[in-house]
Amino acid sequence: MDFLAKLEKVDRRIIYLIITVAVVLPFFFRMGLPITISPEVKSVYDYIDGLTPSDCVFISGDYDPQVDAELSPMFDAIVRHCFEKNVKVIVANVFNLQGIGLVEPRLKKLAEEYHKVYGVDYAFLGWKIGGSLLIMGMGESFKKTWETDYYGTRLGDMPITRNIRNYDDISLVADLTGGGAYNAWIVYAYVQYHQKIAAGITAVMAADAYPQLQAGQLIGLLGGLRGAAEYEQLIKHPALGSVGMEAQSWAHIAIILFIILGNIGYYAVKRKNKK
Amino acid sequence: MFWKKKVPLLIVFIMGFVMAVQYFVPSDFSKKFYDTYIDWAIVIGIFGGVLGFFSFFRVHIHKVSKQAPNWQFSLISILCALLMIIAALLGGRGSGSLFMKLFLYTSAAINATVFSLLAFYISSAAYRAFRARSTQALALLLAAVIMMLGRVPIGDSISFWTAWGWPSINEISQWILNVPNLAAKRAIILGVGLGSLLMSLKIILGIERTYLGSE
Repeated sequence: MDFLAKLEKVDRRIIYLIITVAVVLPFFFRMGLPITISPEVKSVYDYIDGLTPSDCVFISGDYDPQVDAELSPMFDAIVRHCFEKNVKVIVANVFNLQGIGLVEPRLKKLAEEYHKVYGVDYAFLGWKIGGSLLIMGMGESFKKTWETDYYGTRLGDMPITRNIRNYDDISLVADLTGGGAYNAWIVYAYVQYHQKIAAGITAVMAADAYPQLQAGQLIGLLGGLRGAAEYEQLIKHPALGSVGMEAQSWAHIAIILFIILGNIGYYAVKRKNKK
Repeated sequence: MFWKKKVPLLIVFIMGFVMAVQYFVPSDFSKKFYDTYIDWAIVIGIFGGVLGFFSFFRVHIHKVSKQAPNWQFSLISILCALLMIIAALLGGRGSGSLFMKLFLYTSAAINATVFSLLAFYISSAAYRAFRARSTQALALLLAAVIMMLGRVPIGDSISFWTAWGWPSINEISQWILNVPNLAAKRAIILGVGLGSLLMSLKIILGIERTYLGSE
């Protein structure tokens, strides 16, 4: 009985240790757990898969280093898919200045891997003051809103952006965010200009986006690391998202076991007190 | 009184009214007005950024010069900000530059490390907080466990009962997201939307004036 009662008060250091082991070990010993594909991720994949080389996808990396582990695998997977389909990619950080340092090196690395030419197949706009105003401005004049790319080249001087007038020339906006930035895209780009929008959101925020998803305001949704892992499975390029899912699986199992043990201890103490 | 109260109220009323009209009455004038508004708003935003930049230095320089408590942190803040500015001016801002390396190997690493500690705190908190003390707590506990299992691949692997035609944990978690979660979220969104609309009207009509500050 005392042993059961002790289960209610496990030392937090033991919990930390077991969570560490549960997170770290799967990176070295992979079990290859199957990842099922959810309809919201499949719809983003299907939409991009149906695009042609004349189409252009605008990706907004509205996230900071705190959520890099969840959102950068999404960024990689979407950019990979676009490059494989020869779809043009324009990347910016509309809402988050810190996102520059996270997406710019990744974009360059992926472009090198797929032999893409800067200014022709892809471009990086970086960040500019404005947030929602930039979204509104892009609906009127893309070039007037951004003027130059991150490196100072005028958008009119680059083949990829030369002919982009407004949202009419952008096939999809993919917003990757750790907050609610996708709502601004819905309000100012979808409602006013009927722009197709997909969102990549951290797992903790994903539940918030389901009303917009069901209402058709988002064409699809990548929720947390699982969303990234599912997309990686779809493009047949398992990477950080898929590896991370195993670590997350075992961490969740560990937490659930602790919750069960805690409840066993709780009822053991309650029973003892009744007696 | 006139400049501090009446003029801002008048500006808010006129802008709120005109922006609402231009949205619902599409015309060349509306379009031009909308374009001008965006240009102006971005310019004001840039001035706000410049103001923030100088405010940052003013506050920290003041703290250092007065040797206020923890002034050392202010000094570090100023030095770090200057270091980033100099690095960007001298070596550019592209990948591989000193600026980008400073960001990735210090700021980004620190931010990610601090945030990742949450995993440990949440694990410990979940263990202590999730007790089936009542029926409601049990329902919350079960939903949390299903969601935790349903959002990771192992949830499907352990759903042995799917052989009998029952839904897998992943499918149950998807149902929780699509039905009860959606119902609650939609109600909240509608409430927030109506509240925002009401608040906007109150601000435009000058009923809500707290944004003007105290007397």
